[in-house]
Amino acid sequence: MAKVEFETPKMREYPVIPIIHADAMAHSQPFVASSQHQESLGFPGQLVDNWKEVAIDKMGELLTKYRSLKVYLDSCVKCGACTDKCHYFQGTTDPKNMPVARQDLFRKVYRRHFTFAGKYFPRLVGAEDLTEQVLGDWYKYFHQCSQCRRCSVFCPYGIDTAEISMAAREIMDTIGKGQKYCNEIIGKVHKIGNNLGLPEPALADTLQGLEEDIKDDTGFDVRLPLDVKGADVLLVTPSADFFAEPHIDGLIGYAKVFHQAGISWTLSSYASEAANFGMFIGSYDQMKKIAERVRTAALELGVKRIIVGECGHAWRVAYSFWNTLAGPFDFLDPRYPSPQHIIEFTSDLIDSGGITLDKEANDNRIVTFHDSCNVARASRMGNLPGGQFELPRKVIKAACNHFVDMPADTIREKTYCCGGGGGLLTDDLLELRVKGALPRMEALKHVVDNNGVNNVAAICAICKSQYSKVLPYYGFPRDMIVSVHQLVSNAIVLGDKQ
Amino acid sequence: MFFALLMYGAALVFTVGVGWRVFIYARTPAPLKIPTTPAPTTRTGVWIRMAREVVLFESLFKSNKWIWLFGYLFHASLLLVLIRHLRYFTEPVWGWVALAQTFGTYAGFAMLAGLFALWLRRIVVQRIRYISNLSDHLMLWLLMAIALTGLMMRFVAHTDIIGLKMFALGLLRLDIQPVPADPLVLAHLALVAGLMLVFPISKLLHAPGLFFSPSRNQVDNPREKRHLAPWAAKLESK
Repeated sequence: MAKVEFETPKMREYPVIPIIHADAMAHSQPFVASSQHQESLGFPGQLVDNWKEVAIDKMGELLTKYRSLKVYLDSCVKCGACTDKCHYFQGTTDPKNMPVARQDLFRKVYRRHFTFAGKYFPRLVGAEDLTEQVLGDWYKYFHQCSQCRRCSVFCPYGIDTAEISMAAREIMDTIGKGQKYCNEIIGKVHKIGNNLGLPEPALADTLQGLEEDIKDDTGFDVRLPLDVKGADVLLVTPSADFFAEPHIDGLIGYAKVFHQAGISWTLSSYASEAANFGMFIGSYDQMKKIAERVRTAALELGVKRIIVGECGHAWRVAYSFWNTLAGPFDFLDPRYPSPQHIIEFTSDLIDSGGITLDKEANDNRIVTFHDSCNVARASRMGNLPGGQFELPRKVIKAACNHFVDMPADTIREKTYCCGGGGGLLTDDLLELRVKGALPRMEALKHVVDNNGVNNVAAICAICKSQYSKVLPYYGFPRDMIVSVHQLVSNAIVLGDKQ
Repeated sequence: MFFALLMYGAALVFTVGVGWRVFIYARTPAPLKIPTTPAPTTRTGVWIRMAREVVLFESLFKSNKWIWLFGYLFHASLLLVLIRHLRYFTEPVWGWVALAQTFGTYAGFAMLAGLFALWLRRIVVQRIRYISNLSDHLMLWLLMAIALTGLMMRFVAHTDIIGLKMFALGLLRLDIQPVPADPLVLAHLALVAGLMLVFPISKLLHAPGLFFSPSRNQVDNPREKRHLAPWAAKLESK
């Protein structure tokens, strides 16, 4: 692949709304899926001849299936409240990365074909036919949206651009113009069980190696069980946890927590993936198929609980959608929420004294926390709204003496995406990923400069990979990013309870 | 006679048109739980969230103080102006409508100011200019013209207000009376009719749309309660 030349945006002392530069990112688009990747998901191998008709038909179908799409397309008044809220707009200054302008790429075609004003007065309301040019814009700019929902927080009608970019991607898949990264990965999940395409023997081998590492490190026989029937807990975690840094340190953390709590658990080789890229491409069918693997595995292994590892969009799918897609989970122990997040699990153990943490083990760290967008704006933890903000912070503070939050308008429900979510974590979009990270990096710099922060903790596999990649572009060390359960792993006191 | 028919026609298009949209919104399922979190975990909580959005424009306030200020000024003034206009449709005039008379009258100026400020933003702020279509400008001009003709009848060239009220009451009682032949009255009425006609086919649908927005009106309880749309239920493995 030809190396794309681009400049890393300069970090601004005070974030200001940038001046727009038309087409600043018009050159950015991901690789198109090959016919093999398309067809394995039941999509056409390449752009079909009558793609315009097929696309409009599909749009009509989606409008009757998704209230969100219909209402959001009708309701926008172009007030401009969202225009400065997207990290990709801030980092690229391309006006088509303003949420409303991104929606309008879709809305103008909707208006042309499905509204009175657009059919008879297209110029007046900015309605346009779906031309090759418009399709090109769709492919580029609906792959410059990480579906992070930050715009939906600020919209007076709650219009969520993610819903529109999901619909656009589904239409593009239907006409044969899918994205390689997502569709290739979904194919691997169907075939092998995880995004990486890591088969059972390799997974078993990896886990065994980790057990040996932990033994060398701590002297304790902490297990990472695979396909153990009759275990209490099925842990479903993003497959990046099996090999990537710092993800794997988080996995070790989960294992130590289970070990110390004395709760039997297992991973599944059949459902060895928490991630569900079906959401990114807006496909209910794909999302359902992937989610059903978890149900099947849980039934086969006869577990009583399902716990989900550190992954942002996976937790959205698990928390918000699993019950719908693959439920009801009435065969699990009703005393526990299903599914449960590993943070909820660890938090309960901290409260009950089931595990003991020695904060001093992390005294070399001053930690801040990155709220991952799908956890923050599309899910919950615990019983109270906002638990998704409180519980991870509580776990971090239980494991570390030094914790500092980033500026208030960049955390919690106002958090900025890491720049790599929504199916964009691919090297063919590296420029976009680096530029989209700008607001997050500025917020991080603020606490680095003012509070001496040297670690940022996250609970999302995509965030962790994205940080590892882009931190150096902004002059930060790559290993600054840590897993929350890596901090737990360092602090947990193994052995007999004191 | 023409104006009576125009007003009836516009009212019909408005009611049926908006009713039809609401019907479509209500009929279209929301297959997945997508409230923007943190979200209320109970129905009551959702009512409170929705009330804060409708009454205070809470999300807009979080987003942009200027747009909130101008938008709020316009909408609140419009409400007062509409309340004041009830006096032309009630005989005797309801007590609380009479009470709102002064506020409603001066709210006309506030409404015009809010609209003008919103329009100024639309041309001055680069980002908002970029996202504006001709229809976005026309909508503001239409509303400003309605406010302006109304204010002129009150403060510049008094019209035959008794005659106008006869006309309005006549419409309600299906006993059509002549409309005062004052160009300001005719312009005001024609513009209002225009507004009612475009309502169901324009962005003014944001008014009913807000109530159907899944990111705002859904309860955050997906783990406790299984949510299944009819078309999704058909996909369940048999």
